[in-house]
Amino acid sequence: MVDELLFFMEVLVGGLLAGTMYSLVALGFVLIFKASATFNFSQGAMVFFSVLAFCGFMQDFNIPFVLAFIMAALLMVVVGLCTERFVLRPLMNASEDTVLMATIGLGYVLEGLAQAAWGVEVRRLDLGIGDFPVPWIADNLKLFISALDITAGVVAAIMIIGLFLLFKYTKIGLGLRAVADDAGAASSIGIPLKHIMLLVWSAAGVVALVAGCMWGARAGVQFALVDLALKALPVLIIGGFSSIPGAIIGGLIIGAVEKVLEVYIGPFFGGAIEGWAPYVLAIFFLLYRPEGLFGEKIIRRV
Amino acid sequence: MMKPVFMTYTKKDLINLAVCMVLSVLVIPTFITTEYWYTSILIPWLCLALATIGQQIVMGYTGQLALGAAGFMAAGAFAMFNLILRVPDLGFVGSLIVSGLIAAAFGILFGLPSLKVRGIYLMVATLASQFFIIWMIDKFGWFKNYDSSGIITAQDIVILGKPFTTPLAMYFVCLAVTTVLTLLAMNMARGSTGRNWMAVRDMDIAAESMGVSLLRTKVQAFAISAFYCGVAGALFAFCYLKSLEPVAFDIKLSFKILFMCILGGLGTINGAFIGAAFILLFPVLLNAIGNNVFHGAIDATIISSIEQVIFGGLMIIFMIYEPLGMAKLWENIKQKWKTKYPTMNIKNLVSSIGKKS
Repeated sequence: MVDELLFFMEVLVGGLLAGTMYSLVALGFVLIFKASATFNFSQGAMVFFSVLAFCGFMQDFNIPFVLAFIMAALLMVVVGLCTERFVLRPLMNASEDTVLMATIGLGYVLEGLAQAAWGVEVRRLDLGIGDFPVPWIADNLKLFISALDITAGVVAAIMIIGLFLLFKYTKIGLGLRAVADDAGAASSIGIPLKHIMLLVWSAAGVVALVAGCMWGARAGVQFALVDLALKALPVLIIGGFSSIPGAIIGGLIIGAVEKVLEVYIGPFFGGAIEGWAPYVLAIFFLLYRPEGLFGEKIIRRV
Repeated sequence: MMKPVFMTYTKKDLINLAVCMVLSVLVIPTFITTEYWYTSILIPWLCLALATIGQQIVMGYTGQLALGAAGFMAAGAFAMFNLILRVPDLGFVGSLIVSGLIAAAFGILFGLPSLKVRGIYLMVATLASQFFIIWMIDKFGWFKNYDSSGIITAQDIVILGKPFTTPLAMYFVCLAVTTVLTLLAMNMARGSTGRNWMAVRDMDIAAESMGVSLLRTKVQAFAISAFYCGVAGALFAFCYLKSLEPVAFDIKLSFKILFMCILGGLGTINGAFIGAAFILLFPVLLNAIGNNVFHGAIDATIISSIEQVIFGGLMIIFMIYEPLGMAKLWENIKQKWKTKYPTMNIKNLVSSIGKKS
């Protein structure tokens, strides 16, 4: 009995920590949605693009870790700049479906550029953190939890606190909230909309880079990351599109539910139900609580 | 408006149809003799255009953002395989219709969320269908007739005792099915069915207050869309791939069909054909340029990456400058030509030639 409980705990904790990885992807999405009400479908591609560039800088040019990270982050700022200038500004008055389709196109551009520049082969990313159980926890709590999972959890926590402080206590954060509330009113009282957009897209890019590092260290830096990042969408539906805590809680729920289902119910169906379980969970949320757990009721009821 | 000549069709429609039929039935088979064109371009073009019409119905006409066309295609393809295997009496055409209906059933099931949500929310719900259908086919051996190799060879196409196995014969099978379904789709789009779809797309609340049932219209659109995708998937597997594997119908194919639909022109039937042709032919063209101009100096993976960049870039450009896609572009060109040369039409052209001689 105790063993079973312990096993369940292990599955649950593993799932929760793996869920923070989804949260990290979802976080970038929420940032952009909050400030501009744009569904950025290319967030997954941004994850792939940023981490592939990071790997490329490190492995092809032998640039040291920290410098490569800064360069990749700067690259994401450039991507944000270009996106703002060439995609969002011309589509300022377009409907949200149109902007969504444009971001799908943007995702394709980023994926293509990344592969053209750095190649298509799977790259290994070594962060110096192993994806193996931490001995101390294994000995004392009898739980086998990967060090990488814990790192992802800690990183996610730091980013959330950082973003929270940014939104709450800085002048930029105030501007961000104003733009999110009413872009027209915000720009009429002199908040530079362009700068805010640029800032948000850059921040989302850096978040994407961090998420990409975590994913890349686990699964290798490869194209499949884009598909994995699609799972951020059910996370957002569960957590709500405009809520940073929602992204975290949603990620935790998705991570935990999919692992528990996979371990306990999966074997009856031949496994691999992870692939669709989050989406089906999202459908149930859509039917009963379409705005998500923490979202505002902005969803257009049909 | 022009006067209808036959049923609701104007003279122009009938001429267009006649030209298309002459081109596809007479001109293409006489002038194109290489198998490559049939097996790698014309057949997939027809199949994917059919699937894109399905996507058009739900996205272009009814305005519901769906992203699961490949899932329904897989449902259709595997339904076809099982029907031919287990119910041989049904025949090819019967199986094709029934497999379309099976796909339609999935369409109804996964279209239900559209009653509550729209936009990206609906997109996520339809993604569930994509992943679920592929997983189901992959995990339950019965669908694959307990074949362990993962790739099943498709049965030969036999219609009324005659085998259709040469590329040309298969082209005609695809052509016949596509023609019938395209005409049907055009009829639906022009009739009250299509009007209801477009009313829901343009303003659902207004549509509802005019007495259009949202439930009926949306579920109908999803069902018909999935039917088209299912038939297209069956043809795609039996005429083009000649094998059945769930991987062939992954999310990438769904995106491809989405791109065909959007670039071709939302809410147009001819846009489906234009978009499918563009997405299929452009990589061929790029590869040809890569081979002939640069003599293979550019790596094939780089070419395919460039192709992706161009597709994505075009998507953005079209969204900014012409959200209605290539079909609208074509329409604009025609319009410009007409205003520039108002007397230049077929009638005057014929009479002017007659005068000269």
